Amino acid sequence: MRHKVIDAKDVVIRFAGDSGDGMQLTGSLFADMSAVYGNELSTFPDYPAEIRAPHGTVSGVSGFQVHIGSNHVTTPGDFCDLLVAMNPAALKANAKWLKRTAMVLIDEDTFDEEGLARAGFTGDPIAELHIEDREIIVAPITQLTRESLKDSGLDAKTIAKCKNMFVLGMACFIYSRPMEYIYDYLQKKFGRKHPEFVAPNKKVLNDGYNYASNIQAIPNTYNVQPANLKKGLYRNITGNQAIAWGLLAASEKSGLPLFCGSYPITPATAILEELAIHKNLGAKTVQAEDEIAGICTAIGASFAGNLAVTTTSGPGLSLKSEALGLAVMTELPLVVVDVQRAGPSTGIPTKTEQTDLNQALYGRNGECPMVVMAAHSPANCFDTAFNAAKIALEHMTPVLLLSEGFLGNGSEPWHIPSMADYPEIKPPFAKAGDGRYYPFVRDEKTKVRKWALPGQKGMEHRVGGLEKNDFGVLSSDPQNHAKMVRERAEKIARVADSIPELTVEGAREGELLVIGWGGTYGHIMSAVDEVRSKGAEVGFAHFDYIMPLPSNTKEVLSKYRKILVCELNSGHFAAYLRSEFPEFRYMQFNKVQGQPFLVQELVDAISEAL
Amino acid sequence: MEKYTFKDFKSDQEVRWCPGCGDHAVLAAMQRAMPRVSELSGCSKEKFVVVSGIGCSSRLPYYMNTYGFHSIHGRATAISTGIKVANPELAVWQACGDGDALAIGGNHFIHAVRRNVDINIILFNNQIYGLTKGQYSPTSKFGAITKTSPYGTVEHPFNPGSLVLGAKGTFFARGLDTELKLNEEIMVAAASHAGTSVMEMLTNCVIFNDGAHSCISSRETKADRTIVLRHGEKMIFGRNRDKGLILDGMGLRVVTIGEKGITEDDILTHDAHCENAGIHMMLADMKYPDFPVALGVIRDVEDVTYDCGVKLQVEQVRDKSKIKCVDDLLRSGSVWEV
Repeated sequence: MRHKVIDAKDVVIRFAGDSGDGMQLTGSLFADMSAVYGNELSTFPDYPAEIRAPHGTVSGVSGFQVHIGSNHVTTPGDFCDLLVAMNPAALKANAKWLKRTAMVLIDEDTFDEEGLARAGFTGDPIAELHIEDREIIVAPITQLTRESLKDSGLDAKTIAKCKNMFVLGMACFIYSRPMEYIYDYLQKKFGRKHPEFVAPNKKVLNDGYNYASNIQAIPNTYNVQPANLKKGLYRNITGNQAIAWGLLAASEKSGLPLFCGSYPITPATAILEELAIHKNLGAKTVQAEDEIAGICTAIGASFAGNLAVTTTSGPGLSLKSEALGLAVMTELPLVVVDVQRAGPSTGIPTKTEQTDLNQALYGRNGECPMVVMAAHSPANCFDTAFNAAKIALEHMTPVLLLSEGFLGNGSEPWHIPSMADYPEIKPPFAKAGDGRYYPFVRDEKTKVRKWALPGQKGMEHRVGGLEKNDFGVLSSDPQNHAKMVRERAEKIARVADSIPELTVEGAREGELLVIGWGGTYGHIMSAVDEVRSKGAEVGFAHFDYIMPLPSNTKEVLSKYRKILVCELNSGHFAAYLRSEFPEFRYMQFNKVQGQPFLVQELVDAISEAL
Repeated sequence: MEKYTFKDFKSDQEVRWCPGCGDHAVLAAMQRAMPRVSELSGCSKEKFVVVSGIGCSSRLPYYMNTYGFHSIHGRATAISTGIKVANPELAVWQACGDGDALAIGGNHFIHAVRRNVDINIILFNNQIYGLTKGQYSPTSKFGAITKTSPYGTVEHPFNPGSLVLGAKGTFFARGLDTELKLNEEIMVAAASHAGTSVMEMLTNCVIFNDGAHSCISSRETKADRTIVLRHGEKMIFGRNRDKGLILDGMGLRVVTIGEKGITEDDILTHDAHCENAGIHMMLADMKYPDFPVALGVIRDVEDVTYDCGVKLQVEQVRDKSKIKCVDDLLRSGSVWEV
């Protein structure tokens, strides 16, 4: 039988298995090869907090979803066209993500009595999950892998680990993917240290591909044509990696060494890990004894003249609160990255949310304003981190950069920029000959103080957490305190003069303005596009800058009859806008499930609001 | 290089400690020690940074005419670490109290010592919380009656020396507020030691814990109840210089020279540079009335410093790497052309 090859605009594939089955790797490889093939894509790893949860149980299922397309792909996709389920638990955990027309590929060998029992099935899993109408491809993947590698000389345990290559081969057949990229990957990964692994992995990959082409169970295969991308050099990048690199870029453009003081915490750890690699670009990393030491070493490094950074996630940000106040009071540049996760407390560490916005805006003692920004896609994390560092250094303030687990772990292809296109960063250094140095005398226009670094002769001064006057002398004078409070706030407000105006996609005025911030950008964009394609007058404004807000915010809000604020919390940004611009009425669409939005639920919410 | 006098290190700020507070004497010793430190280290005044946490003693940076950072409660050690790693050319001095460094900041303190960051920590130990007006601290004696322990504490105090040595500290010295010259000597020794130098300064809080150290600090009894240790010198003390320390089994013992056949030759000679911290630990632990309280430099050994390690690693990786700038980085690894 000849398979029919169907051209698809986009497809969503979800790889799911036990947390030791290598699904994250399989999914990333599929994504990377698709990117090299020229597709647009977006990925979403959905993994449990346990490193190795009990074998075969639903709580131990690790998933990786990848959405590839031949035109604008902005989200990892709500529902999937293909689910690869390496065991019954994986099927059970992910059946809800199947499209009506989806294919399901399952490893028959794991669907034995024991496997079914571990996943909590009592009868036929397909019937129990009500997915009889889907295309179910049942293949003895474990056995076939064993057969494929019986002469490889590898031990049984290693052979069992190669199952993921077999399914990857099958997926490559189904989606007409050329496999050269994976051959290269295997060569690069094992070539030098374990050359004995290269050939077996390649063999099992090819056997998977050939098996899929030989069986008759797969009626159709699909081809997703390359996207019409801007010419140039590309790479895949995760949000966490992009933040680390954006900070390195800011270090280069400011000429200041990068210092990162951090404590490991999910899902932010990868930023510290990435920076620890890049000592080649002068990055110094201190893995501190706790979150507080993370930020305090960074504040010390900032005082000494480095570009100082600390990275964390929600609970870690709580621990850093007092020190954030110190950075505000001493007016030292500092970038604080919060990769948000589901809270409160330990919450669900591996799941995504936007529930730290209130903490970012208000979570400190005293009148304590600082710049708050948010990244809106994995690749955008690069520019956001760069801009956060630029604002921190040029405005002498801590900047809180909000990312999300969804962005940090997610990836997308990135058109590699040239550093020549990025601006220089010029901190307001005090210079010899400026006259006597007073630490809190400000620039009239920006309210920014001058920065004198230890080692500069004649500029000895003291900073600290106590209130001071312009000259750096301690003061508890009521009028002075009022003035300093005002000036610190004014300095942050005036950052609005250096940031871009808010832009609107879609209708510039009319019935409804949809508002979002942070990592929901792709989902809201897709939903707004869909609603607009049906002729609705909808505009979409996405906020990258939260404190201060872009200077034209009020003007934009005033152009619509209705405003709908969509966010993955109970309404933090909506409440903030309400307090800033009480003259408008705000509708809300909120979700707090530790999961990103689905495009469909946004479409429904927007349609209902209209 | 410029030559300084103690006046160069005095700031124009009014000193606001209570009259009679032990902190005045430590500040004076520091201002006197700094010109010598500068001369020995070749470090000019603008390279000195004085860091502190919160508490009475943490006001010290305002009184030094250097760069200064008066930070938040307990965190001075983390801030000092950041400063030193960011710019190893700076001479970092830190003032902190017993509550600041050993209670709220205990974690940072032991980790700085463990890492051996090249900073100089002056630990003002008055065994009380002074700025909050008289609550017990982690160094208050067992049973101490304070505002928060009206019936006496029921917890054991830390001995800062054992804490430092337990964390594999490379330098520990103890001074006493009334001993200006000795304190100055200790600070100079701390400055020439590469690594975390902890100087415990026993200070008197005249308001909330007056006389906490009086049993060893009074003019009449000091000579008999303390021993000043100096590397290479016999461990002899006493008004008549006739008492000494010997090793007896697993412990130390106080003996009298001339009695029971003991001669000066039997007395231990202090070796601050001895790698094994066993005797240093015993010396740091000595308490009156069984023993004299040890003053001076108890331990001073060499080891790699953290800031130096970080710097060297950056240099080594940089030299070997093909990635020389961010443009190189962005184009490294798996990239493709469209």
